[in-house]
Amino acid sequence: MTSRIGVITFPGTLDDRDTQRAVRVAGAEAVPLWHRDKDLKQVDAVVLPGGFSYGDYLRAGAISRFSPVMESVIEQAKAGMPVLGICNGFQVLTESHLLPGAMLRNNHLHFICRDQKLRVENAETSWTVDYTSGQEISVPLKNIDGRYVADARTLDMLEAEGRVAFRYLDGNPNGSLRDIAGITNEAGNVVGLMPHPEHAVEPLIGTGRTDGLGFFTSILKKLVNA
Amino acid sequence: MARVVVDVMLKPEILDPQGQAVQRALPRLGFEGIADVRQGKRFELEVEGPVDEAALARIHEMAETFLANTVIEDFTVRVDS
Repeated sequence: MTSRIGVITFPGTLDDRDTQRAVRVAGAEAVPLWHRDKDLKQVDAVVLPGGFSYGDYLRAGAISRFSPVMESVIEQAKAGMPVLGICNGFQVLTESHLLPGAMLRNNHLHFICRDQKLRVENAETSWTVDYTSGQEISVPLKNIDGRYVADARTLDMLEAEGRVAFRYLDGNPNGSLRDIAGITNEAGNVVGLMPHPEHAVEPLIGTGRTDGLGFFTSILKKLVNA
Repeated sequence: MARVVVDVMLKPEILDPQGQAVQRALPRLGFEGIADVRQGKRFELEVEGPVDEAALARIHEMAETFLANTVIEDFTVRVDS
């Protein structure tokens, strides 16, 4: 049976279609989910895509966190369902406390849009098993609230437990502490990152590389072997 | 109707580049002598009914779970008289 991967659309989400496409390119079925529905339509995993949900009012991700769909996502993520948050999706995951820390305005205050080199630090999460630990990839980065912060104790814990999943290479684009581009929860089923793997899955578009496809083939592998 | 004010500020250890940008612009505009600027948010809540201890406790809870993100921000709640 084909794996079913839900992609949530909030008002203000931008990258839901690209994310659905990435899911299909990897060989899974993309299931659109709407922010007002508590029903997750029996999907096997969920992706929270990028954009500006609820206009980023109050704080990026702060209002989305209280949407009906997130109630179900939070509950099922805690029960082990794989969840990936990309960009705004990562912000929603930190606001939901599914991932520690918070996102703030870039230290230089500019919107940034470029290809970004990353190192995969943890290739054992549900979303990274198709990479190797230490592998360098390049995917687009586009945001203004991309600065990852957490207190020193949390950062030390993330490092000690191998929960820094991705780190920026060749220069820190936004002032994120310890060059952190993405993290995972303790169980490895919830992963969030600021850069956009869904924009780098086909050689014809974007970076011309398919470095982001591994996120979506990883989850397929994980679900099929589960 | 009573007004309750919730002030939300970034924690002191969190870098505030917006506040820094404001501070750096001040001398250019002829405002001298400001050593530091921190930028925050102020919420003015018009409360229906009496602002008693129970109402303030609810507002405190609202500030803690929603108006502020206590990972990065501190907040204060006060009745505006």
